[in-house]
Amino acid sequence: MSRKKELLSRVGLRLDGRRADELRRIRCKLGVFTQPDGSAYIEQGLTKVLAAVYGPHQVRSKQKAQHDTCIINTQFSMAVFSTNERKKRPRGDRKSTELSMHLQQALLAVIKTELYPWSQIDVYVEVLHGDGGIYPACVNAATLAIIDAGIPIKEYVCACTASLGNNDIPMLDVSHQEEVIGGPTLTVAALPMSGKIVLMEMSQRFHLDHLPKVLDKALEGCKDIKAILDEAVKNHVREMGSSTGWANTTS
Amino acid sequence: MFTTKSFIKKNKIGNFLKNVREHYIRDDIYCGVPTCNKCKNVSTSNLSSAHVNKCSLFKFNHFIILDTNIILDQIDVLEEPFICNVIILYTVLKEVKHRSLPIYKQLNAIIENPSRHFYVFINDHHKDTYLLESEGELINDYNDRCIRKACSWYINHLPEAKFVFITDDNNNRKLAIEENIPACSITDYVKHLDSSSLLEDKLSRKDHGPKEGIDIFPPHLSHGQLLKGVKEGPLHQGTFRASRDNFLEGFVNVEGYEDSVLLQGRNGLNRAVDGDIVAVKIFKKDDWVCPSGIILEDEGVSGENIEDVEEKEKALKKSQITQNNSEIRPTGRVVGIIRRKWRQYCGILQGASEGLFQIFVPADRSIPKIRIETRQGEFLKSQKFIVTIDSWPRYSRYPHGHFVRALGRIGSQETENEVVLLEHDVPHSQFSEEVLNCLPKLPWIITEEDEKKRVDLRSIDICSVDPPGCTDIDDALHCRPVDGKLEVGVHIADVSHFIRPGTAIDLEAASRATTVYLVNKRIDMVPELLSSNLCSLRGGEERFAFSCIWEMDHEANILNTRFHKSIIKSKRAMTYEEAQLTIDDKTKTDSLAESLRNLNKLAKILKKRRLDNGALVLASTEVKILMDSETMEPLDVEAKKMFETNSMVEEFMLLANISVAQKILQDFPDCAMLRRHPTPPASNFEPLVKAGKHLGFDIQIDCGKNLATSLDNAVKHDNPYLNTMLRMLATRCMLQAVYFASGTLQKEDYFHYGLAVPLYTHFTSPIRRYADVIVHRLLAVSCGSDCTYPDLLDKQKTTDLCQNLNYRNRMAQYAGRASVAFNTHLFFKGKLNDEEGYILYVRKNALQILIPKYGLECTLYLVKKGEESLFEYNEEDQTQRAGNVVLHTFDPVTVRLKLDSTNIQHEKFTLQLVKPFIEGFSVSPMNELESNKMDVDSTPKINKKRKSENSKSSKKNKPK
Repeated sequence: MSRKKELLSRVGLRLDGRRADELRRIRCKLGVFTQPDGSAYIEQGLTKVLAAVYGPHQVRSKQKAQHDTCIINTQFSMAVFSTNERKKRPRGDRKSTELSMHLQQALLAVIKTELYPWSQIDVYVEVLHGDGGIYPACVNAATLAIIDAGIPIKEYVCACTASLGNNDIPMLDVSHQEEVIGGPTLTVAALPMSGKIVLMEMSQRFHLDHLPKVLDKALEGCKDIKAILDEAVKNHVREMGSSTGWANTTS
Repeated sequence: MFTTKSFIKKNKIGNFLKNVREHYIRDDIYCGVPTCNKCKNVSTSNLSSAHVNKCSLFKFNHFIILDTNIILDQIDVLEEPFICNVIILYTVLKEVKHRSLPIYKQLNAIIENPSRHFYVFINDHHKDTYLLESEGELINDYNDRCIRKACSWYINHLPEAKFVFITDDNNNRKLAIEENIPACSITDYVKHLDSSSLLEDKLSRKDHGPKEGIDIFPPHLSHGQLLKGVKEGPLHQGTFRASRDNFLEGFVNVEGYEDSVLLQGRNGLNRAVDGDIVAVKIFKKDDWVCPSGIILEDEGVSGENIEDVEEKEKALKKSQITQNNSEIRPTGRVVGIIRRKWRQYCGILQGASEGLFQIFVPADRSIPKIRIETRQGEFLKSQKFIVTIDSWPRYSRYPHGHFVRALGRIGSQETENEVVLLEHDVPHSQFSEEVLNCLPKLPWIITEEDEKKRVDLRSIDICSVDPPGCTDIDDALHCRPVDGKLEVGVHIADVSHFIRPGTAIDLEAASRATTVYLVNKRIDMVPELLSSNLCSLRGGEERFAFSCIWEMDHEANILNTRFHKSIIKSKRAMTYEEAQLTIDDKTKTDSLAESLRNLNKLAKILKKRRLDNGALVLASTEVKILMDSETMEPLDVEAKKMFETNSMVEEFMLLANISVAQKILQDFPDCAMLRRHPTPPASNFEPLVKAGKHLGFDIQIDCGKNLATSLDNAVKHDNPYLNTMLRMLATRCMLQAVYFASGTLQKEDYFHYGLAVPLYTHFTSPIRRYADVIVHRLLAVSCGSDCTYPDLLDKQKTTDLCQNLNYRNRMAQYAGRASVAFNTHLFFKGKLNDEEGYILYVRKNALQILIPKYGLECTLYLVKKGEESLFEYNEEDQTQRAGNVVLHTFDPVTVRLKLDSTNIQHEKFTLQLVKPFIEGFSVSPMNELESNKMDVDSTPKINKKRKSENSKSSKKNKPK
């Protein structure tokens, strides 16, 4: 029955009232904790993610230390209360491990690791509420936290999902409900300024005819997200700076 | 651009879970009224300022806002183009979709029609009309509140335009009027329209005013009670199937019982209509009875009297007492309806009554008569028309319904065709402009590019063999010797070259699924230009084909198989008869004749091999009706002639289908469209085994091969037709073969029982079957001449498509049969014939007689109304005895055939027994009627006659 539900009504609205090319509401905040070197909180629709960055600091286990680059250690975890049915364990299962690795991969692409030999950066992300697009939210939160920590990066790395509505129209930023009802979902982590793709994952196979337009849509989404994050970073800097009077002099 | 608001919803998925969903409220939703200057004009809005809704209830032009109940109950009124400029609120649309999908589809069709000026206003995402659900509020009340809010928003938003809210919910209307929204009920609105008389007939009435008379049906339980009952056990849920022969009997298949549950009498059926999903309560075992086996017809004329029903119920009871216990079935009664499956019914008026209320008799005998209110009774008396049921209150003997539309005069060919097509849900409208635009432009020429892509087989001697008068030739054959082996080719019209995926013509063909053949009409799946010209492999013309070419040795073993697209030029389009003559004519030695002979030889080997594998030879009575081309009246009815060449073509088509099935399954293990024929359950074979036992044959049903052998062995020399009849019974035990997507089933289930092959598909008739088009596309991908498209590889999509194909195919088959039946009736009108027939079944009060010459199956009643029966029924042996004459199953008889036209809707054959002669029951043969002498002692006479016949035939034989 549920598969007959149409994701996109004939008037062009999705189940939650968005149009096909609209993101969910994004709200984010930098510097939410004082203990870590950098931290951020992001809400994409109902998906809520916290990220904390420690480092760069000394490598804990000497064997792993690299002489020319720094290690990036990522840990993904989901709060047990974050999904509809209570989760048994917050981390360490296959899915979490996989997402940790993917996150590491995305971050490796942007962090200027060569600046920190013999050192390590720890990135912790915690999903407080999952409602579709968990991985993109984690990537975006981690990006903000790293910026907050003042670690040099080449550019923003942003991630976004896209799917197909009514088997034809690409839809941006799918919610959990749409993920369940709909067909395959494409997740892309990209460098929106240079247009490079860092990571791409499909939940099922897309037909070759559909893939380019869905991918285009997802990249467009990454660019939109970048603009939002950029705005948030600027606001944060302005706020932080205004307490010292620095922001007023530059702007 | 938008603000957000999230809301909380509690959902039940097994356990109680809290679901939180976002709900975006927007400010870019517009009212859709063209004169509005506050909103941006929306291009999707069909509302028109030019159209005027004229209703004398309101003195101004207005837009209409409808409540959900109007759409659900009065869709027939809405389909008439009188009510226009309607705003459909999104709340309403969602509720309609939730409550009834067919009505939702109908509504969508209306909304999409620009001339109707409908507009969908998305009120629950609009910033001003979205309302929060309040604590403890029922969903209905909330929806009503939303609707009213949207109405008042419209009124405030556009003070210069007027809006009218139509609802049949009294409470909602009252509240609306309190909130200063002009509101009325649909009945009032329609009555005050200019064109009211036509629309009034179509109004569905839920309020029947005061109760008329006493309740004659027990009450239904409430929905909640039903669901609880079904869940906890005392009640059972199932689909109700009314008996066609007995209006007081029906069956429900429920889970947990092997036999279907029997329902009897007025209280047992309790207003269930064929197809409804009902809840039944099953009686204690002591009260179980067996199906009555008698035939009862509803002869009631008016809506109120129920005396005759009571009388018939008594007859039913009486018939039960005499029965033995062998066939006792679980028995029960309907306690409530879980879901009505009422649809539209074709039929006629029962002519007797005058006035506003009339009784409508549906063509489908499993549907009860329907009481309708109409102001055009006189006109409708001569018409076939469509009616839907609105309700069935307890006090009414018949369900109440309303008129939908007239089809045409009773008895005319066109009306009958229309009825057949409608009853079987066959899409038969003209092809739309959009579809026709997809056709290639004439003159159609083969370009060099085409030649490059295809293998040129124009030089090979290819011919097609089809029934006479066939214009959609989709297969052609060839056979030629190559290096001491034989190269055999089956060439199928390349329809997928012309029908590209996703085009209008493709969608139309997918929805039609098959070409439907009526006796004097063909409803094409694809437009005629393709079906009878460009795709038809006509003799002497160059055509595109999809070829399947085998290399075979002379023992018909396949050495090599190839598939490719090709260009062919059929040398000749032959009929089966011509091909047969060419093969038999030894003087012909041209290459065509030679290849036909080779093909024939191979086909025989293939057939033998197939039968040895356990393929079944089944029989059915297919007849052909010869039509007068000018008057369109049937001239003669005859059984279809079969030639050896029929089986020759069939063998190669089967082989091609099997080869293609293997190929596409190999390349697309997940989404190949195949055809399977499930093994029927043993219980299906009961009538066959029983019939075999009475005749002394042991029919084995454990596997297809044993069945085939035991059928082969069941031969009696004094009754040559007996074997055919057994095969016919076997055919009826079978299940339907169905299409499916390969990924959805286990490998063992791919089996085709009838043909005894592990894999099968349809490849050979793409002009008239859509499944073949899909198979062509798959095959084209696997041999690299075409590319895929998304839906082709989507398992789910393919499964959905298969379901439609299966449904349409079944319906097309029924429609074809119904058309033959009607024309057979037409042929027999006013005729009186004595025909040879055979007893197919022995029933308690009747014999089922098969007349092979016309493929007719009729009932011979043994007991006349109000008379004592001359016959003794022996259930054990399935015989009827009268005096010293014993009638067994499969006995040959001669019957007099007469068409009884007293009931114009269900013209039926009345039979009288001619032979064997039974005193006081049979009638004497026709040729003796003329002499007008009743011979008392007629048995010797028959013998004499038989003798003379014998002598005649022996004389004929002698000169040879």
